[in-house]
Amino acid sequence: MAFISSGYDPKDPMKDRITDIGPRKYDEFYPPVIAKNKGKWLYHEILEPGVLVHVAESGDEVYTVRCGGARLMSTSLLREISEIAEKHCGGYLRFTTRNNIEFMVDDKSKVDALKKDLAGRKFAGGSYKFPIGGTGAGITNIVHTQGWIHCHTPATDASGTVKATMDAVFSDFQNMRLPAPLRISMACCLNMCGAVHCSDIAILGYHRKPPMLDHEWLDKMCEIPLAIAACPTGAIKPSKVDLPNGEQVKSVAVNNERCMFCGNCYTMCPSMPLSDKEGDGIVLMAGGKVSNRISMPKFSKVVVGFLPNETPRWPKMTETIKRMVEAYAADARKYERLGEWAERIGWERFFEKCEIEFTHHLIDDFRDPAYYTWRQSSQFKF
Amino acid sequence: MKHATPLLDQLESGPWPSFVSDLKQEAEKRAKNAEKTEFQIPQDAVEDLLGILELSYQDGTTHWKHGGIVGVFGYGGGVIGRYCDQPEKFPGVAHFHTMRVAQPGGKFYTAEYLKSLCDLWDLRGSGITNMHGSTGDIIFLGTTTPQLEEVFYELTHTFNQDLGGSGSNLRTPADCIGQARCEYACYDTQALCFDLTNEYQDELHRPAFPYKFKFKFDGCPNCCVASIARADLSFIGTWKDEIKIDQEAVAAYVGGEFPPNAGAHAGRDWGKFDIQKEVVALCPSECMKYENGKLEINNKECVRCMHCINVMPRALRIGDERGLSLLAGAKAPILDGAQMGSLIVPFLPVEEPYDEIKEVIEGVWDWWMEEGKNRERLGELMKRQGLQKMLEVLNLKPDARHVLEPRSNPYIFWKEDEVEGGWDRDINEYRKHHQR
Repeated sequence: MAFISSGYDPKDPMKDRITDIGPRKYDEFYPPVIAKNKGKWLYHEILEPGVLVHVAESGDEVYTVRCGGARLMSTSLLREISEIAEKHCGGYLRFTTRNNIEFMVDDKSKVDALKKDLAGRKFAGGSYKFPIGGTGAGITNIVHTQGWIHCHTPATDASGTVKATMDAVFSDFQNMRLPAPLRISMACCLNMCGAVHCSDIAILGYHRKPPMLDHEWLDKMCEIPLAIAACPTGAIKPSKVDLPNGEQVKSVAVNNERCMFCGNCYTMCPSMPLSDKEGDGIVLMAGGKVSNRISMPKFSKVVVGFLPNETPRWPKMTETIKRMVEAYAADARKYERLGEWAERIGWERFFEKCEIEFTHHLIDDFRDPAYYTWRQSSQFKF
Repeated sequence: MKHATPLLDQLESGPWPSFVSDLKQEAEKRAKNAEKTEFQIPQDAVEDLLGILELSYQDGTTHWKHGGIVGVFGYGGGVIGRYCDQPEKFPGVAHFHTMRVAQPGGKFYTAEYLKSLCDLWDLRGSGITNMHGSTGDIIFLGTTTPQLEEVFYELTHTFNQDLGGSGSNLRTPADCIGQARCEYACYDTQALCFDLTNEYQDELHRPAFPYKFKFKFDGCPNCCVASIARADLSFIGTWKDEIKIDQEAVAAYVGGEFPPNAGAHAGRDWGKFDIQKEVVALCPSECMKYENGKLEINNKECVRCMHCINVMPRALRIGDERGLSLLAGAKAPILDGAQMGSLIVPFLPVEEPYDEIKEVIEGVWDWWMEEGKNRERLGELMKRQGLQKMLEVLNLKPDARHVLEPRSNPYIFWKEDEVEGGWDRDINEYRKHHQR
C-alpha cells in the first residue's frame, strides 16, 4: 500500500509542530443530562444488576446500563459500541475504571430497548459482546495488564486468565448475592502494572527461575551497571566470562538464591531473559481492598504460592477462585469484604473454609514487614 | 486465517466477551478490506498477532522483546517500543509499538470521536486497542516506527489530542466519574485532573524524574480509582463539617420503602433492614445512634468512612465544607514491597487555580528529584528518609493525624537545635566534676 502522509515532514520535524496540549477536555463529551446536572446529583439506585438510575436535584434522571468488556478491543467492536451509543444514547458513552462500558439514557422508557439490543449481540464464537451486570454486591469486571499479547516480562497471559475467570464467575457478574462487592484484578508479573495488591482476589503471574545469561551478547546489548543497579536484592555483580572461542568478555553473575524473579534486570538488559514454561505460573492473593469503608484499605495476601500455566483455561486457578468466592458467599456477613471476613474468622479458618493448603511459601520472609505478620500471640483457633 | 489457533479457539466459548473472537473479526475485516483502506502497516497484523499469541499458549512464554528507543520527536514518553522475537514467522507484528493516548476525564466519549480514533488507527495501526490501559490511557496497540510521527501529527493537528506518559515521567493522571454522575464526590475530580494534567505537560512528556510518578483523583473515600493504593499522590475527596441527615428518608429505609445500599444487595434475601445492626453497629468510630426513630451522628468523631452514606444514600449526604485529603507514596510491590498512600495533608480546599495543591506537589517533586535514587518511587524515598523528613521539607506541621499510633521505640534522632545548649560541650569542664 502506498504511504500516506499526515502532513508531517520528516526533514523538518518542528514545522507546525503541536505539543503539550493534553487530553481532550472532559466536558466536550458529557451527555446533555450530565452536563446539566453535574454536581447536583441527589442519589442513585441499582434497579437491577447492571442498571442504575441517578436522580438530580432538578428531577432529571439518568439511567445507566453497564456492560462488561474485554479491555483488549478491536476498532470493529469500538465502532459497534459507537453505533449503539448513537442509536440509543444520543451518541454518548463512557468507560469505567474497571473496563466496563456504560450506556446512558435520560428516560426510563429508553432502557428496555437498550438492554434488549445489548443482550442480543454475540460474537461469532458464541460469547456475549455486551453482558449487562457488574454492579453492587457482585463481581465486576477484572482490571488487568497485557500478558502475552504485548509485554516482554509476563509470566502468564492476562486476557486469557481473565476470560477463563470471568466465565467461571459469570453468574456473579449478573447477580448481587454476595455480602459486598468482590473485586478481582490481574497482573501478569510482579511489577504489577495492574496494581493488584489491594484486591479482594488477585491473579498474579510469577516467574520462578532466575535469568539466563547470554554472555556473548550481554555487554554488547546492555549497560552492565544499569542491570546491576536494577536488582532489588543486589543479586547481580559484574563478572568476566571466557567464551568457548577463548575470548574473554565482560558480563554479570547472578546469585540465584537471592533472586526474587522480578525481571527488572531483563527490563534493563535483554540478555537476561527469565521466562520459562515450567518456571512460570500463577500466584493467587486475597483479602485486599482500596475503599476506606468500615475498615481501612488493606493489602492482598498471598494464599496460593504457585499454580502452573494450564493454557488455555487455567482450570486449577479458576477452581481455586471459585472455592474462595463460594466460601466467602456462604460465610461472610452482609457488608463484609473478603479481607474483613478473613480477619474476623482468622486466616487459619480462611484456608480451612476455602480448602486451600497452607505452605511455607506463604510465611513472609521479605525484609522488615515480614516480622509483623507472624503470630505474636497465644490467640489462635484450633 | 493465516495461522491455526486451536488453543485460543477454546477461549471463544463461555459467556464472557471473548477477546479471541474479537481479534478474529478484526483479522477478517482487514483481510476483506471492504472499506478499501490503504493500510499503512501490514494488513495481516492481527492474524500474526493471533499466531504469536497461540505460540505463547503452546510454549508458555512471551514472544515480545523489550523496548528499543522509539518515540516521537521531543517527547520521552507516550510510546512503548515493541518487537516480536519471531519476525520471520510473524512479519505482520515484527515491529508493533504501543502508543498511549491521553484519555478524557471520566472516560466519557462521543461516538463521533471514538469512530474518528478508529479511522486513524485502522489506517495507521493494527486496529487493536485497550480501552483502557492500567493507568487510564487509551492504548493503541501495535504500529511501526514510521507511523509514530504520522499518528502523533494527526492526533495533535486533527484531533486536538495529545499522547500520555510513560517512562520516568508524570504518568497520565486518572480520575473517577466524580460530580459528573456521583452524589458522593466532594470535589470536581475531572476539573482538578484536567488542570493539573495541563499544568504539568512538560513533566508528563519529558523524563526528568527518578522514576514514574502517578496522580489519581478520587472524589470520596470509597476510592473507585484506587488512588490510595496506586498513586504517588492520591487526591481523596473529603469534608470537614456535618453529614446532612434527612430523617424522613431514614424512616423510609427503616420502613423498607427504600432498598438499603441503593439496591446493591438485592440478589439475596438478607431479611428486613436493621439500621442498628447494619449502620450504627458497623460505624468504625461508633459515632452514631438511632433512638426513638431518629438517627444522630456525632460528626466530630466521624472518620468519613462512607459506610452509612453508602447504605442510605437518600437519607445521608456528604457535608458542605468540602476539599480533599492528600496522601503520598502508594505503589505496587516493586522494588521494596507494596505501599499504601500515607496521609500528608489532612485537608486542602479545592479551588481554582489550585495554588495550595500545586505548592505541595512541587515541594514533593523538588525533594524527590533532589534526594530520590534512580528508579526509587516517592514512597520508597519516604520510607528511606522518613515521614518526619518529608513533612519538614514540605513545611507541613506534624499532626497526630499523620500516624496511626506514635512510635513504640524511644530512639528519637534529636537534632542539635532541638536540645537546650546544643551539643558542643567542654570535656575539661566536665572532668572538673567527674574523675576519670
